[in-house]
Amino acid sequence: MGKVYKYGDNVDTDVIIPARYLNTSDEKELASHCMEDIDADFVKTVRKGDVIVAGDNFGCGSSREHAPIAIKASGVYCVIANSFARIFFRNAINIGFPILECPEAVKNTDAGDELEVDIMTGRIRNMTKGAEFFAEPYPPFMRGIIEAGGLIGYISKH
Amino acid sequence: MAMTMTQKILAAKAGLDEVHAGQFVEARIDLALGNDITTPFAIREFEKTGKGKVFDKDKVAIVPDHFTPNKDIKAAEQCRVLRDFAKSQKLSNYFEVGEMGIEHCLIPEKGLAVPGDAVIGADSHTCTYGALGAFSTGVGSTDLAAAMATGKCWFKVPAAIKFELSGSFRKWVSGKDLILHIIGLIGVDGALYKSMEYSGEGVGALSMDDRFTVCNMAIEAGAKNGIFPVDEQTAGYVKEHSARGYAVYAADPDAVYERVIKIDLSSLRPTVSFPHLPENARTIDEVGDIPVDQVVIGSCTNGRLSDLRIAAQILRGKKVKKGVRVIVFPGTQQIYLDALKEGLIEDFVEAGAVVSTPTCGPCLGGHMGVLAAGERCVSTTNRNFVGRMGHTGSEIYLSSPAVAAASALTGRIEDPDNV
Repeated sequence: MGKVYKYGDNVDTDVIIPARYLNTSDEKELASHCMEDIDADFVKTVRKGDVIVAGDNFGCGSSREHAPIAIKASGVYCVIANSFARIFFRNAINIGFPILECPEAVKNTDAGDELEVDIMTGRIRNMTKGAEFFAEPYPPFMRGIIEAGGLIGYISKH
Repeated sequence: MAMTMTQKILAAKAGLDEVHAGQFVEARIDLALGNDITTPFAIREFEKTGKGKVFDKDKVAIVPDHFTPNKDIKAAEQCRVLRDFAKSQKLSNYFEVGEMGIEHCLIPEKGLAVPGDAVIGADSHTCTYGALGAFSTGVGSTDLAAAMATGKCWFKVPAAIKFELSGSFRKWVSGKDLILHIIGLIGVDGALYKSMEYSGEGVGALSMDDRFTVCNMAIEAGAKNGIFPVDEQTAGYVKEHSARGYAVYAADPDAVYERVIKIDLSSLRPTVSFPHLPENARTIDEVGDIPVDQVVIGSCTNGRLSDLRIAAQILRGKKVKKGVRVIVFPGTQQIYLDALKEGLIEDFVEAGAVVSTPTCGPCLGGHMGVLAAGERCVSTTNRNFVGRMGHTGSEIYLSSPAVAAASALTGRIEDPDNV
């Protein structure tokens, strides 16, 4: 179970992890600047298991895998959005970081709510509001990648 | 079943007779590309696969272009990782500072992408090579790692939007104005997960450089790829740059498109995208009075020779407005040299602009032109997100080289007709 950080539409990779920090591949260092340009308090308050909830086109912009890596390394359990930019989407799946598309959950969730998320079934429970939502489950191909812990685990198996 | 141009290439590369939108396929890759930002992660993941050697030393290209020439010690360390990897893997397409360029200007110039290819790059603007009639798309570092190991990449076959072009551009209007107009029309997620396929008699009116610019910014509409049909201009370009044979694919006449958008090129005006999204497009007539502190001309979007020619034509024999900083960065060493021989570099320097070595630096706020709080920049680059080129309190206005050069002369966003 985790606390919700809520953002709007078109959260881009430049605010998730600004390019000025891309001169490193250290995950902890990237996490220490996560969301810095949109929410300076994020890194100070985020706890393991928390959830980011956002609007349309989350992760638009560059192909930097540093974006999902920074979010994952900050302790966030998953991102729920109306939709995801396509490279962010595949990067998240490829590193085994769960993301769910569920506009109903986005609409009915506020910052600070407590969520319980089951990635494989797509079930999202908002414990604060006593509501339940279902995201479209992953197609079998993507589920295979997530279950293998990411694409590298997947291709090593196949 | 009828297929779009993109679907045909994906079917061929996946070894299938046909594919349909939404299908997952594993496709063979003709080129896997990385840069100094994305490749260090990819190398780390590649090593985890235990493959040892890349699938084909001629089909992996690495271009250190983002924070190069090395902007600081950390960037230098990152670049060393690439250099050591390229050396140990005996990669034939590693381009060091001095022979490099901004990757998406360099790859077509070196003939490393040709029609019918399937190209992936760990850089979002890899979609540029759709201009050549290739399927080309941006991916992340792990995808690059997997492609380096296996020569393959997974794709969800995209649906498509068709853009039917007619007519030709009026004076000062270019491919940049077309793509900014389109993004303004459909929004930054208007083509999410889809192909943007161009067709119609208007295609012939677009130069190859225009087509590169249009495909380059497909990602700014959320698209998987942009793609142009192969015509005589494409054939001429490829003949000049590559000795490799290639396959020409065309969309089936009855291919299904989610949406068809008709655009008369002669109706377009110079177009500017306002902060902080590329979809905030306005024609030059709607811009109003916007003073600027900096002008940037170049990048993978607009750093080609024809872009520099237009800018130089406007700046030639004039002086940039006092107090405005103008930075020109050619796309590749070859473009730099051609511009030098044509006298364009002299035009820029005489006018009071600085000319940089090829680098992605200023476009992503890396180095060579970072903005301070409250500063405004008109830029021929591709993104105007909050903080993209520097301080979160700065502003970026995206434009063509013609508008950027005109703005350099007056110190405000300017119609090239007025200078």
